[in-house]
Amino acid sequence: MEVTITINGSDHAGDVEPRTLLVDHIRRTVGLTGTHIGCDTTSCGACTVLMDGKPVKSCTVLAAQADGSAVTTVEGLKTAEGLHPIQSAFTDDHGLQCGFCTPGMMLVGASLIAENPDPSDDEVRWAISGNLCRCTGYINIVKAIRTAAARAAESSGGS
Amino acid sequence: MAAPTTPAEIGGIGHSVQRKEDARLIEGQGNFLDDIDLPGTLHMAILRSPLAHARINGIDSGAATALEGVVAVVTGDLMDQHGLAWMPTLSGDTQAVLATDKVRYQGQEVAAVIAVDPYIATDALELIEVDYEDLPPITTPQQSLEEGAALIRDEKEGQDDNLVYTWETGDPVATEQAFARADRVVTLETHYPRSHPAPLETCGILADVNSVTGQATIYMTSQAPHAHRTLFAMVAGLPEQNIRIVSPDIGGGFGNKVPIYPGYVVATAASLLIGRPVKWVESRTENLISTGFARDYYMKGELAVTDEGRILGLRVNMLSDQGAFYSDAQPSQFKAGLFHVVTGSYDFGAAHIDCKGAFTNKAPGGVAYRCSFRITEASYLIERLVQNAAYEVGIDPAEMRLRNFIQPEQFPYETATGFVYDSGDYPTALRTALEEVGYDDLRKEQAEARAEGRLIGIGIAHFTEAVGAGPSRTYDIAGLKMIDSAELRVHPTGKAILKLGVKTQGQGHETTFAQIVAEELGIPATDVKVEHGDTDHTPYGLGTYASRSTPVGGAATAVVSRKLADKAKKIAAHLLEAADEDIELDSGVLSVVGSPDRSVTIQDVALAAYTNLPEGMEYGLEDVTYYDPPNLTYPYGSYIVVVEVDPDTGVWEVQRMVALDDCGVRINPMIVEGQICGGLTEGFAMSAMQWITFDDDGNCIGANFMDYLVPTAWETPRFELLATEVPSPHHPIGAKGVGESATVGSPAAFVNAVIDAVAHLGVRNIDMPVLPDRVWAAIDAAG
Ligand code: FES
Ligand code: FES
Repeated sequence: MEVTITINGSDHAGDVEPRTLLVDHIRRTVGLTGTHIGCDTTSCGACTVLMDGKPVKSCTVLAAQADGSAVTTVEGLKTAEGLHPIQSAFTDDHGLQCGFCTPGMMLVGASLIAENPDPSDDEVRWAISGNLCRCTGYINIVKAIRTAAARAAESSGGS
Repeated sequence: MAAPTTPAEIGGIGHSVQRKEDARLIEGQGNFLDDIDLPGTLHMAILRSPLAHARINGIDSGAATALEGVVAVVTGDLMDQHGLAWMPTLSGDTQAVLATDKVRYQGQEVAAVIAVDPYIATDALELIEVDYEDLPPITTPQQSLEEGAALIRDEKEGQDDNLVYTWETGDPVATEQAFARADRVVTLETHYPRSHPAPLETCGILADVNSVTGQATIYMTSQAPHAHRTLFAMVAGLPEQNIRIVSPDIGGGFGNKVPIYPGYVVATAASLLIGRPVKWVESRTENLISTGFARDYYMKGELAVTDEGRILGLRVNMLSDQGAFYSDAQPSQFKAGLFHVVTGSYDFGAAHIDCKGAFTNKAPGGVAYRCSFRITEASYLIERLVQNAAYEVGIDPAEMRLRNFIQPEQFPYETATGFVYDSGDYPTALRTALEEVGYDDLRKEQAEARAEGRLIGIGIAHFTEAVGAGPSRTYDIAGLKMIDSAELRVHPTGKAILKLGVKTQGQGHETTFAQIVAEELGIPATDVKVEHGDTDHTPYGLGTYASRSTPVGGAATAVVSRKLADKAKKIAAHLLEAADEDIELDSGVLSVVGSPDRSVTIQDVALAAYTNLPEGMEYGLEDVTYYDPPNLTYPYGSYIVVVEVDPDTGVWEVQRMVALDDCGVRINPMIVEGQICGGLTEGFAMSAMQWITFDDDGNCIGANFMDYLVPTAWETPRFELLATEVPSPHHPIGAKGVGESATVGSPAAFVNAVIDAVAHLGVRNIDMPVLPDRVWAAIDAAG
């Protein structure tokens, strides 16, 4: 079936098998491999993307269901102005080790701070509780998301 | 902590330099196995046994082969025609690649479909008909060793029971004598349950064998690419120079990516036979049911103690559940790994350990899950025993440890099982952690809480690890000595490339190993590119596991840097017209001793190495080192956990977790702390929830992330980290390795804390995972 999905600002139209998962469409058809797959039970969040601004697990959405929507993947976080604050905060606070969970974590973090400019430690932990990380023990991920929130608040306050 | 000796711009040892690997990973530009795509790639899916033990009477793959898009269906018979139905394991056993006679565990590989698309490959699996004849499954090692138990390995010559091995160490006579002198014997029987490393990225391979040239390029999630190349050469009979293993970015390993799995062999054979690249990436379920389990030891420990709380001796009997094939990944001479570190941090003269391994109808694997080969099990047992001994003797568990510690002046210290611990200051470590947590006040709070019916527990673990395998006289895997290497080239502009035999899976080698070069030569860490994981482009090494990268590969990096420093000094002497021995090198400046204004930089020297050399010197500034460590390193730590247990539900919550680690010199403190937080989380996970278990039919319970529980950010405790720094005396930069300390040390601290909350009721053991129902049942039984 024909679907058109706007991914990171560009339209991708094409014929997909109805059963194609959004994650496979993004990775294999569109060729953006920053979105990862870590499980088969919707448990790990490695496949998280933003669909119309909301985090979804793209292993549990059909490409067909995403028809007409705007999807942001990790490759779409950086803009002409440079890295998204969540990206630089992950580096600065050592929020990643192997980096496999990182795209999903950053997208959930980005969507959280868009809604809640000053999330508490618990609010961040709750927001990322659908995303597993096996390397970091989360502590620096939480820190990075809060750093990004503070920096985003600062720069929007200053503008 | 010692202050860094290089300025921040150089970024040598002790600087929390930002990670070089982050730039690509935060932009989604990492290159993980499944991200690699070659033209014409076919996709493989594996049909696995639904039964734990059954005879295969026939396989009908006709309908699957006929499905549009299917290129081939591979069965054990086909593999057998090429001599590849069985493969050797790292422990000297053989393992079925695809089952020909029987299936011996649920999830065992039975057939594989190669198709143009992964969805079609999976569709075709359902069309394969296998005629199974049920056999009785054996699901515990105790059953397995009973008289008359069904023979699991009936194909194995000379095997007439289910015993895998027996192993013992220590001195039984001296141990008997120690027990005879003891005032009491404290016994603990406990099971260290089966667990799984479950890195977030599963295992996978993309095999590209060119049938014309014979070149095999194998992309593989490998913690040990060089060793894997050699093993591929041995198993598949391919000439080693034609095999190139490329281990790309790896999404966590933790031991899971050390062994060679049947899927790798099938995919490689399929690529060779079909003449196209073949990719196989495990599903999470395949990962959890068939690859790389860890632990599964039934342990009985006995501690001989005096009424004053002195430990005199230790006796351990163990039974390990090996699954259907003995495929532990560990040094050849060590059946139960380095379990003999079980004497822990304590000074006593006698120990005896004996261990049996048994085949069962479960997945094989036996990997060292974030652990230097069974050290986790050993550390857990001794720390649990010491706490129980304190209760029996009637002294505080902290005091019990302080009375028995090996003292700083006793190093080097030879343990009752033959390790020579190189260094340490255990009393300072424990006292520092006790002070930080406010131990004395906590004990008062605990007593007050008890009076109100609340259950607070304080658990301590003071672990000693033995990592960095290892000295070639003792350590090999499949005959390959456990050395490691580094090759360093400094280019004319003063920028360098460092090539390693070890391979990061998230530990940050691209940063920390550059820092070692920065420390030694003064070339800024940002100017040192680190290459690893590609066997065509890096020197030989045994890989990254058992916390061996820094102890062995890091040592090689320091040594090769020093070789270059020596040459650099000679070149500087030539440039400065001074004597070789008068040149000193400090943070990248080579100057004449006593006249610091007569100097050149390491960058000047690098250019001269290609342009202006002293008479008779060979051009270039590069070298390679293969490092054979003189000893293991012995990181240690003191961990203290405070929990509150709900007496009505058995639910426990961590209130505090103070973790002091001594890993010697810290190359990058930020990265070290990251490793510790990750390790503590995995230790918490094993004590609280992670569990691969089976029902009586041998069905794996824990086959996905709904049933195999790994902690999220919500459950994970907050950690308070502390450090002491006793450098390793034999390591070139005094580092000891840190990646596994926290996973090794922390389970005992968490479990000891829960036990401590209910110890006054008489509870002395709850097996891991310490699930609320188990806690509740223990309270109920005691009450
Ligand atoms: S891959 Fe989507 S939740 Fe795990
Ligand atoms: S950084 Fe490895 S899984 Fe999160």
